[in-house]
Amino acid sequence: MAPETKHLEVTLDTHVESVNLAEEMCVRVAEAAGFNEDECYRIGMSVREGVINAFHYGNQEKPEKKIHLEIELTEERMIIHVLDEGKGFRLTDVPDPLAQENLLSTSGRGIFLMKAFMDEFDVHPGKTGGAELVMAKRLPTLGSPHSNGNGSAPNPGAPHQEA
Amino acid sequence: MPSLFATTREYSGITLVDLSGRISLGDGSALLRKTVRDLLDEGRTKIILNLGDVNYIDSSGIGELVSGFTAVRNRGGELKLLNLTKKVHDLLQITKLFTVFDVFNDEATAMRSFE
Repeated sequence: MAPETKHLEVTLDTHVESVNLAEEMCVRVAEAAGFNEDECYRIGMSVREGVINAFHYGNQEKPEKKIHLEIELTEERMIIHVLDEGKGFRLTDVPDPLAQENLLSTSGRGIFLMKAFMDEFDVHPGKTGGAELVMAKRLPTLGSPHSNGNGSAPNPGAPHQEA
Repeated sequence: MPSLFATTREYSGITLVDLSGRISLGDGSALLRKTVRDLLDEGRTKIILNLGDVNYIDSSGIGELVSGFTAVRNRGGELKLLNLTKKVHDLLQITKLFTVFDVFNDEATAMRSFE
């Protein structure tokens, strides 16, 4: 029998409260999947940043637009999709927040944090326009650093990008 | 319930702002912005943000810290940080903001740094 993939799909309003809601939902799924507290925090923060991106940059805070959140749990990974109804963007066009000239910028760190906190991160053109952020974290296994409650700090300046 | 609480204390012309809760998109970031702006409007430009009870900051909160830092500096003052929790410390480190802010682990040293 093929391994089962668990799947949850939610449509959120373009509203500040959706950011908290998405974070809480994903943290609960991550907890149930066995991630430790540190990893749950990183997953929650990444989802939060993804939904902030959709809310602010993608949907331009327009209430008539929606944010589509999808969570997949496979045998190996937790995969999260955040899709907005904006114009879309390319990852290569996002300024580096660590560049000296951007250090005092008051915005532009969300994508960087998602890359730093997740194992995989990428941006695709959404099926109905907009941007689809896809991020994934490998599920904890017995004896892995993810499952011992002592996850190390994210690697500064070298966010993981495998997607 | 508000996600962030702020109380201010003043000693020898230095204002300490004790923050507790989350500095995140919404009312947390907004309260931090208002607090710093109100202090600047009152002419208080030596400011220490005590983040000892701040357990969460997102990119919006980081942006607000940077905005406060710049606003105070533009008025000829200084905004410094005190008592970072591990999560906040790690965030400032990976975003390289640790090199921008003056960060202290004890109040007395933070106060003396203005001398």
